[in-house]
Amino acid sequence: MKVERSCRVRVKTLLGDAVRLDLEVGDMVSASWRGPGQFVHIKCGHSRLLRRPISVCTCQRGAPDTLSIVFEVRGSGTEWLARREAGDKLDVLGLLGNGFPVRKEGRYLLAGGGIGVPPLLGCALETSGSTAVLGFRSQDKCLLAEEFQAACAKVLLATDDGSLGYHGFVDALVRQELEQDRAYTAVLACGPKPMLKAVAAVAAQFQVPCQVSLEERMGCGVGACLVCACKKSDGSMGHVCKDGPVFDAGEVDWNDEP
Amino acid sequence: MTNPDLSVTLAGVTLKNPIVMASGTFGFGREYGQLYDLSELGGICVKGLTPRRREGNPAPRIAETPMGMLNSVGLQNPGVDDFITCELPFLRRYDTAVIANISGDTPEEYGEMCEKLSQAGVDMIEVNISCPNVKAGGMAYGTRPELAAEVTEIAKKHATVPVMVKLSPNVTDITEIARAVEDAGADAISLINTLRGMRIDVNTRRPVLKRNTGGLSGPAILPIAVRMVWEVANAVKLPLLGLGGVSKGEDAAQLLLAGASAVGVGTACFADPFAPLTIRDELAALAQAQGLARISELTGAVRPWQN
Repeated sequence: MKVERSCRVRVKTLLGDAVRLDLEVGDMVSASWRGPGQFVHIKCGHSRLLRRPISVCTCQRGAPDTLSIVFEVRGSGTEWLARREAGDKLDVLGLLGNGFPVRKEGRYLLAGGGIGVPPLLGCALETSGSTAVLGFRSQDKCLLAEEFQAACAKVLLATDDGSLGYHGFVDALVRQELEQDRAYTAVLACGPKPMLKAVAAVAAQFQVPCQVSLEERMGCGVGACLVCACKKSDGSMGHVCKDGPVFDAGEVDWNDEP
Repeated sequence: MTNPDLSVTLAGVTLKNPIVMASGTFGFGREYGQLYDLSELGGICVKGLTPRRREGNPAPRIAETPMGMLNSVGLQNPGVDDFITCELPFLRRYDTAVIANISGDTPEEYGEMCEKLSQAGVDMIEVNISCPNVKAGGMAYGTRPELAAEVTEIAKKHATVPVMVKLSPNVTDITEIARAVEDAGADAISLINTLRGMRIDVNTRRPVLKRNTGGLSGPAILPIAVRMVWEVANAVKLPLLGLGGVSKGEDAAQLLLAGASAVGVGTACFADPFAPLTIRDELAALAQAQGLARISELTGAVRPWQN
């Protein structure tokens, strides 16, 4: 964990409604990389008290280390962040959390939904021969499909409205894939909680290990303030920032939803 | 010009500088301890402890607000025994005052925890009678003078280290509670805890916090903290730990001038983990610029207008 107060935005790319920022982050990656799926906690201007947690899409060691984030505008913080341009500087705390336990020789079924897709690209790049199942609301929301095609053995796309690929949800495609081939090391999933719940249920049915990346409103981002609680299946509270964001699907209490 | 002496005394406990980490924002120090040496801090009020493990409230537990934030954690903690076994030895490796913050459902529970923690060797006990996020105990004790006094008496009876009582700002007259805990034998007072607040998502028409309401902290509450420290300083003789919305040296100086002997820093860490060290350095620079030999010269040195 490091604080880099002056991370230069190297490139800004618009990906439909989402924004990709490539950042120079000092030696943050070398100092604290623990696997794809970690996040950074970014200060979004002086008028907002809290940092915003954003998953790392890809990262590389170098001089300096670099990483990319992909995010959608959800509120005033991400709106501020989306207005940054190449050359601007950001105050970044990272890398935080645990990441997916990916082994290079592993073969993974990556299941991503919407803005949950980008962090899985790191998993795809760490391995070869993985399959990606990526779901979006519609064709115009599709993110990073080419990058996944370059890094994965197989990519399946789904949209809620049928405008691109399979007409339906990610979990249905995950089921379809596992029916044909269940020789995956694990299913790794990131996306909205209902999607994660459905994917976890399918993986459990086919007896394939499953890890999910959870989201929750955060404070400190490092495990001190305990606000980003997630109820675990044993009744205890885990914390997304420190114990996660990646959890074993069996650890999560999937019934704890409003 | 020599550097001003930053050390202060709070209820007989010497702090190397006036910066004390506010309970609930700093865990047991392990996380921020990865970023800097905890021995740099005057003291640490640890995450609020209860007799037994508590899981706290459902999420979302946080909502950002103008210049502040609401939380509704609900005293999640591993319990006092686990703290003594697993966390206190870690904190004891550092040269900083360890202040155990405690909450109970009954006065007896406060007494029981005071006994255990005194034996375990904490430097001070902060009796929390002001948590807005739990049903039993918590703020109920902090809003009625006779209950505040009862808890303070029991804590004092069982503690062999100084007892500091943390007051709630969610009262009509905070000096009334302050006098009650002073009369009951408290060694110090810390103030303020968070103010009860609420934020509503206008699209879903749901409160952002799952518990609906929570405690407001951050820069938004600084002027309230300054005013209340000033009022309490005028009402009691006890030393005060002032806290609420401190994010820079000048904020800390205001609380000292209003009457505090030491200053808590909490929410500021979320924006900048190094905030306590920056605030300490800014405070030292301010004292030096004013030609002070000791930072403690600021305590209570406000010059109020005579109206």
